[in-house]
Amino acid sequence: MRRQRGPGTVTLILDGVFVRRRGETWLDDIHLELPNGMTTLVGPMTAGKTTLMRVAAGLLPPDSGRVVVGGKDVTGISVRKRSVAFVYQQFINYPSLTVYDNIASPLRLDRAFRRDGIDRRVREVAELMGIAQLLDRRPAELSGGQQQRTAIARALARPVDVLLLDEPLANLDFKLREQLRADLKTMFTGSSGVVLYATADPNEALTFAAPTVVLGEGRVQHIGDVAETYAHPPTLAVAATLSDPPLNLLPGVVRDGRIECLGTSFPAPRAHADGHRVMLGVRPHQVSITPNGRAALELPAEIRLAEVTGSATFLHLLLQGGLHLVAHLEGTQLFTPGESTVARIDPAHVFVFDQAGGHLLATSAAEVDLHG
Amino acid sequence: MTERTTVADSPAGVAEPATAPAEQAKDTRVDARPKNNRAWWLVLPVVVSVAFTAVIPLMTVVNYSVQDVFSPSERIFVGLEWFRDVARDPEVRGAFVRTLLFSAQVLLIEIPLGVAIAVAMPRRGVSVSVALVLVALPLLIPWNVVGTIWQIFARGDIGLGGWAINNVLGVNFNYTLDSTDAWLTVLAMDVWHWTPLVALLAYAGLRSIPQPYFQAAQIDGASGWATFRHIQLPRLRGVLTIAILLRFMDSFMIYTEPFVVTGGGPGNATSFLSILLSKIAVGQFDLGPAGAFSLLYFLFVQVLCYVFFTVLTRSGR
Repeated sequence: MRRQRGPGTVTLILDGVFVRRRGETWLDDIHLELPNGMTTLVGPMTAGKTTLMRVAAGLLPPDSGRVVVGGKDVTGISVRKRSVAFVYQQFINYPSLTVYDNIASPLRLDRAFRRDGIDRRVREVAELMGIAQLLDRRPAELSGGQQQRTAIARALARPVDVLLLDEPLANLDFKLREQLRADLKTMFTGSSGVVLYATADPNEALTFAAPTVVLGEGRVQHIGDVAETYAHPPTLAVAATLSDPPLNLLPGVVRDGRIECLGTSFPAPRAHADGHRVMLGVRPHQVSITPNGRAALELPAEIRLAEVTGSATFLHLLLQGGLHLVAHLEGTQLFTPGESTVARIDPAHVFVFDQAGGHLLATSAAEVDLHG
Repeated sequence: MTERTTVADSPAGVAEPATAPAEQAKDTRVDARPKNNRAWWLVLPVVVSVAFTAVIPLMTVVNYSVQDVFSPSERIFVGLEWFRDVARDPEVRGAFVRTLLFSAQVLLIEIPLGVAIAVAMPRRGVSVSVALVLVALPLLIPWNVVGTIWQIFARGDIGLGGWAINNVLGVNFNYTLDSTDAWLTVLAMDVWHWTPLVALLAYAGLRSIPQPYFQAAQIDGASGWATFRHIQLPRLRGVLTIAILLRFMDSFMIYTEPFVVTGGGPGNATSFLSILLSKIAVGQFDLGPAGAFSLLYFLFVQVLCYVFFTVLTRSGR
């Protein structure tokens, strides 16, 4: 099983995995083939990320389907006998053991490690995670970030076929998250085992820039390069999952080759039957309130709230018909709630989805600039 | 002057700690209402009931412990003489050692047994309620009833337990004649009665451990014992501290059950401090020595609890 010492690489395959509990389908026919190296698993809460990871680890037997690691069917094999490591959102360490013993614990149970090997490996991993000076402490004496570093170090200590990280940074504060994220990215690049990193934060998925699996309602919604998926989301659900702040949605209808929306219209990027109902998706940073010379959809709006974060201002607008729209504006801008304004959207940056099925019908133009 | 301080301490001032100084100044003016002391009436019932249930009886005991009372009109102040007498009395010393030994045995049996029961109890399903009720049952039985149950249960002629030991195991067992048998009967009774308390406390503690801890241990391939030693036991520290304190205090002050079962006998084999004390105070009506005895008893329990608590909470750090 633990054939990880050599340069051989591992693949993790989930083949037709179903998990049903209490009449609900938690995982719905999952087919995934994950190569060695890092893969991001992104999806909103209750998408089934944790369930999928627990199935992959062997903590939860699937109701049907197979789990194959390195060409070997491990579906029925107990997690104790598998070569896996798991990092949780909560900081899980052995409370009575020191940081050193916590990191050493999986190594001591691995016959491949001798005593001196364990010591060297523990110090190596602790160094890597920046907790080398904390080896004598107990988890209760550490900060949240240090506790999670210990938990990650414990997972990294033993080379495993499958390393699963379930939103490991979600409970950390902003700065630590950024820093650890960068550390992890470097660490997982070129790993010979499969590293699956689950997150609900689209920005995290985008930052890792790894192959990304979008999960929603227990189904795999899309697999692909994250930047590519962000630029061309195949469905409304995928677009929504990968948008933070949330995607703005406006209903529209096709008439005479144009898409009408809230009293204004723009040319439909592709021909559709008259009366076809569509859903327009607009990312908040594509909404502006100042004219920039380009043709734009102009929607009269009332300012409801302006959230200023310093580098950006999130302007919450109320459109006709009670629709809400959020504009992500650069810098600190001050507004008075209740004032009228006009929201301007470049049709080139509008995703047109089929209202019934949620599939992407067209992007008016390829949205290439990912960050602006 | 006092008016000002009350105003500053008023709930309105406390509830808004973030108010700007100017606003606070305004608040002070707004809040300058006539104050009254009616709130004291709310504290009064507690003060009165504590006085009558604790302070006054204790002071009465203190009063008796330093006097030799011949009759209500004839009392002589004897200082600490009774304390000296009680501390030197071999009967008291014997009872003290016996009680301490009993408490130690109770803790040594009930704590591990209670934790073991808690670990073995089911975690989910209908069986949880069944197990909880079954375990909690002995706790619902009044002390003197427990005593009566065991008094009959352990009898060799009509009691199931006593009969079984004599006739099935073939061991000669009679708690009314043999002091070891009497001791074991009282000990078994306490274990039966109070282990459930430890089990329930430990069960509550175990239930509060998040599942990922167990999954992490499983992934590491940790054995059942290692999981218990490194995850469950450390996380039970808090509830076990409480369980140890409760069981120590309770067993050190045990009275009703041995009084019903053995009455302190045979001889003085199960004559614990409380039984001896009631004999001196109620039986012989020696109020002076009984008062001194009570105070020493009380102080010892306090000091030992303090020591237990300090040791248990310190060792965690």
